[in-house]
Amino acid sequence: MTAPCAILPDVRPQFPCLDQTVHGKRLTYLDSAATALKPTCVIDAVSEHYARESANIHRGVHALSEQATASFENARESVRTHLNAAHAHEIIFTSGTTASINLVAHSFGQLEIGPGDEILISEMEHHSNIVPWQLLRERCGAVLRVAPMNDSGDIDRDAFRAALNDRTRLVAITALSNALGTVNPVAELIKEAHTAGASVLLDAAQALPLQPMDVQALDCDFLAFSGHKLFGPTGIGVLYGKQTLLDAMPPFLGGGDMIVSVTFDQTTYNDLPYKFEAGTPHIAGAIGLGRALTFIRELGYPAIQAHETALLHDALAALQAIDGVHLIGTPAQRRGIISFLVDQIHPHDLGTILDQEGIAIRAGHHCAQPVMAHYKLAATARASFSIYNNQEDIDHLVAGIRRAQEIFK
Amino acid sequence: MNASEELYQEVILDHSRHPRRYGCPLEHTHCAAGKNPLCGDEYQVYLTIDEEGIVRDASFEGAGCAISKASASLMMEQLIGKHEEEIRELFEAFHAMVTDPDAQKKADSLGKLAAFSGIWKYPSRVKCAILCWHAVRNALDGHAVATTEA
Ligand SMILES: Cc1ncc(COP(=O)(O)O)c(C=O)c1O
Repeated sequence: MTAPCAILPDVRPQFPCLDQTVHGKRLTYLDSAATALKPTCVIDAVSEHYARESANIHRGVHALSEQATASFENARESVRTHLNAAHAHEIIFTSGTTASINLVAHSFGQLEIGPGDEILISEMEHHSNIVPWQLLRERCGAVLRVAPMNDSGDIDRDAFRAALNDRTRLVAITALSNALGTVNPVAELIKEAHTAGASVLLDAAQALPLQPMDVQALDCDFLAFSGHKLFGPTGIGVLYGKQTLLDAMPPFLGGGDMIVSVTFDQTTYNDLPYKFEAGTPHIAGAIGLGRALTFIRELGYPAIQAHETALLHDALAALQAIDGVHLIGTPAQRRGIISFLVDQIHPHDLGTILDQEGIAIRAGHHCAQPVMAHYKLAATARASFSIYNNQEDIDHLVAGIRRAQEIFK
Repeated sequence: MNASEELYQEVILDHSRHPRRYGCPLEHTHCAAGKNPLCGDEYQVYLTIDEEGIVRDASFEGAGCAISKASASLMMEQLIGKHEEEIRELFEAFHAMVTDPDAQKKADSLGKLAAFSGIWKYPSRVKCAILCWHAVRNALDGHAVATTEA
């Protein structure tokens, strides 16, 4: 798959959402880190499921149910291929990254984490990789440690190593910061965590749209991501877990599909992955997610990264060339995301003025308030880039910022 | 005038750059915080109200966007000399103006505050315009914190 000089084709025609004006202006969508737009192939996969095979799975004897079950399990196989997981049953469908992390906090927490045991996260985590561990701490008396980042927005590696000790049971860390764009050296962090005897959960919500994550090569124990950030539907996501761990962990939610037999005295739980998939799942969502991952593989990460690297390089240069614009964070390796401030203009006001120009950015704390606290800020403006963005988007962003500066001058 | 210029009128920009009645007084009888956790806006409002219920002093301080700051500044100017009950009525009138397009006719009676009469077109920004107003009402009610997410 590694084309020597990969070039991304123009994918814009495949994203119908781009074919509209906002406030009478060309839509410049620079908020893919919040959620990515959906290509026609994903939209079609979802609507074909509803149009032709709308049925419940794993419980029907009729044709439609069998068809829906096959599509659902094909989607699981697409995820397995994408992550290079050893087994399809290590792929658990959830409602998203948040649900996946909460599943681990509950089930792995119950299995492995007791009073005085430690969970290590980083200062740049999304709230969804902070709060579940605080809740677990309250439930079981565990200790939550935070590996600090330095001012560039990189994890302080020495402090990370120093925080690991023989009580560390789990390291839960993001592969790519949604607030700063920092790419974390996860392969090395995983090795260090394993040496200390800790398991590792990777939050791949931002990383997977932009870089391959091979769970066997990385040897990560858990990996969580959301469908909607990689061109798939909302309300569907994945938890990957190593079979040995998932087998040992107690179920999280109880209900239909996750059992083999139920009497009022005793219930026998189903095998993986169904043990963790109680109730009717988001079948159409899983099918859409499976198709979205195939879409990414068809484009190929080398082409995606070549496109995104060039775009980010140009965007950083263009923003730095504007007087009064300040970039927040200068991580050693960055992908997809730029946080910035404009002198005298609050990010929210900037967001509103840009919106009037048809430009969608995010303004706020990006669900990463500790990152904001590190820089002593309440909010930043954030532009994030995806496969459908191009030079014109950067030009519009620059013109929009200049327009805001004019209004606020 | 396009939409951005309509929203960021000179009077709003002026009051956001140079907020009036800004700062923490040595003494006050009522105070409350106004917080918008979504955008990180955070203000304190301070009132001094005499035995007759008349506002003798009003000020605010804090940080946030141009809309929230200008709204607080313009409001403070209007509070002095008003009775508590009049302030509650003003709150209702301002609230109606920024949320209900049909209430625009009443904007004229609100003086300079009419600068916010177009903000109902920006639902995500209405909370900014109303933030310190909630704080003032909470101060009158004896509550310490107003948040937009209540
Ligand atoms: C790094 C990171 N982790 C977790 C999440 C939560 O994802 P979701 O809201 O889809 O559960 C996000 C979404 O913004 C994110 O950027």
